[in-house]
Amino acid sequence: MLFRLASLLLLLLVWELGSKIAGARLLPAPFEVLVVIGSEARSGALFINLAATLGRVAASFALAMGLGTALGMLMGRNKTIDNLCDPWLIVLLNLPALVIIVLAYIWVGLNEVAAIGAVALNKLPNTAATVREGARAFDASLDEMARVFAMPLRTRIRHVFLPQLAPYLAAATRSGLSLVWKIVLVVELLGRPNGVGFEIGIAFQLFDVTRLLAYALPFVGLMLTIETFVVQPIERHVSRWRPHQV
Amino acid sequence: MSPAGDRIKFEIAIASKTLRTAAGAMRVVLRDVAFSLKEGEVCALLGPSGCGKTTLLRIIAGIDRDFEGRLALPSRHKIGMVFQEPRLLPWRSVADNLRLAGASNETSLAEIASALGLDLHLDHFPGELSLGLARRVAIARAFAIKPDLLLLDEPFVSLDAALAMRLREELIALVETRKATTLIVTHDVDEAIALADRIIVLSAAPGRIVAEATIETARLALTPERAAGVKSALLARIAAAA
Repeated sequence: MLFRLASLLLLLLVWELGSKIAGARLLPAPFEVLVVIGSEARSGALFINLAATLGRVAASFALAMGLGTALGMLMGRNKTIDNLCDPWLIVLLNLPALVIIVLAYIWVGLNEVAAIGAVALNKLPNTAATVREGARAFDASLDEMARVFAMPLRTRIRHVFLPQLAPYLAAATRSGLSLVWKIVLVVELLGRPNGVGFEIGIAFQLFDVTRLLAYALPFVGLMLTIETFVVQPIERHVSRWRPHQV
Repeated sequence: MSPAGDRIKFEIAIASKTLRTAAGAMRVVLRDVAFSLKEGEVCALLGPSGCGKTTLLRIIAGIDRDFEGRLALPSRHKIGMVFQEPRLLPWRSVADNLRLAGASNETSLAEIASALGLDLHLDHFPGELSLGLARRVAIARAFAIKPDLLLLDEPFVSLDAALAMRLREELIALVETRKATTLIVTHDVDEAIALADRIIVLSAAPGRIVAEATIETARLALTPERAAGVKSALLARIAAAA
């Protein structure tokens, strides 16, 4: 913890130093950014935009994880479905996020459905590919045991399949959260009237680096908080049975 | 004297069972294996490695349905099985492993845990247990559901001799008190004699029944001398059949 704090202080120091060298217009000092964060927070704009972005992150993340997990499970357990969907998955994995976003706005319109759908579609193949590996690695001997003891399907899914999938779901969640929020900012910059991405777009047009950082940093902080206080504790809880864990 | 009743509860008739080898060829592993199990009977399937004993158990357990023949089992029956490996859910505690398998209630769970010396380990995860303890949990799980048919697939394999002996004694005590119809697969003649009311001997692959013997002495009254007598008679019968 002490090391983390020291590391953070060092980062602030480097930033302050960089500001002195590059000049406040290119890189404002930490305190200047803090002042703008304060004024945006007092006006309420910061929270409104953070909430809008967070809502989009939550919706597209849930959609991508839900559909991606279901698709990955099906592909991992059924050869025919895997053969059928694999080429689609490869295409989606290699399609640039920007192409999907622009196409979604053109085809569906500049609305929330297009924005959230485009972000989800960017993340979905990643989740499906990760979960597919998990489904392929299922321990058949445990499934046999569950069938011999006539465990109901719900019990088998909850207590036999999902725990085996947990490390893969955790990996997909980790990479998913970081990927989704970055894409949400692009989606907002290109076609939404609010959110952190929209504010960053305005700041870019005005060449206002202070405002840009004043919106980007609180959101990074928010995502770090979610990662530290929500994702990591859940991950620790589901893997508490592992004997090697300290 | 066998404690089994006269009522036939399970009938097994396998005409043939083939398996695909790693090279892709089809190999017959069981041929014309037919026998029945009476209610409460403990029957041992004895045979050399690779003769299809485990395959037969998998067929009876319903894991393997690709065979020629028929199984006549009661329409609503509960099967408890002890596999060669414990096959416990590593992310659930010992108690949860017993509950999820269908332990009838908390009292019977506590009883079976106590009978197998697991009282202090109920909250432990399987990864925290030794192999011997994990096998005890696997045995407890099979008994905890109060099975109509108990299948044991070499439950003491890869345990050291002393531990295997201790577990075998605990299993005998359980079988005596709980009266479950039991089919145990083993390649150990002494184990079969110590546990079973009846022994069915399978030949090398393709497995077929070559000898059958009923142990007339009750399990708990089986002295080493009497067991030795049974063993020599059984070996003579196998030799004659060969």
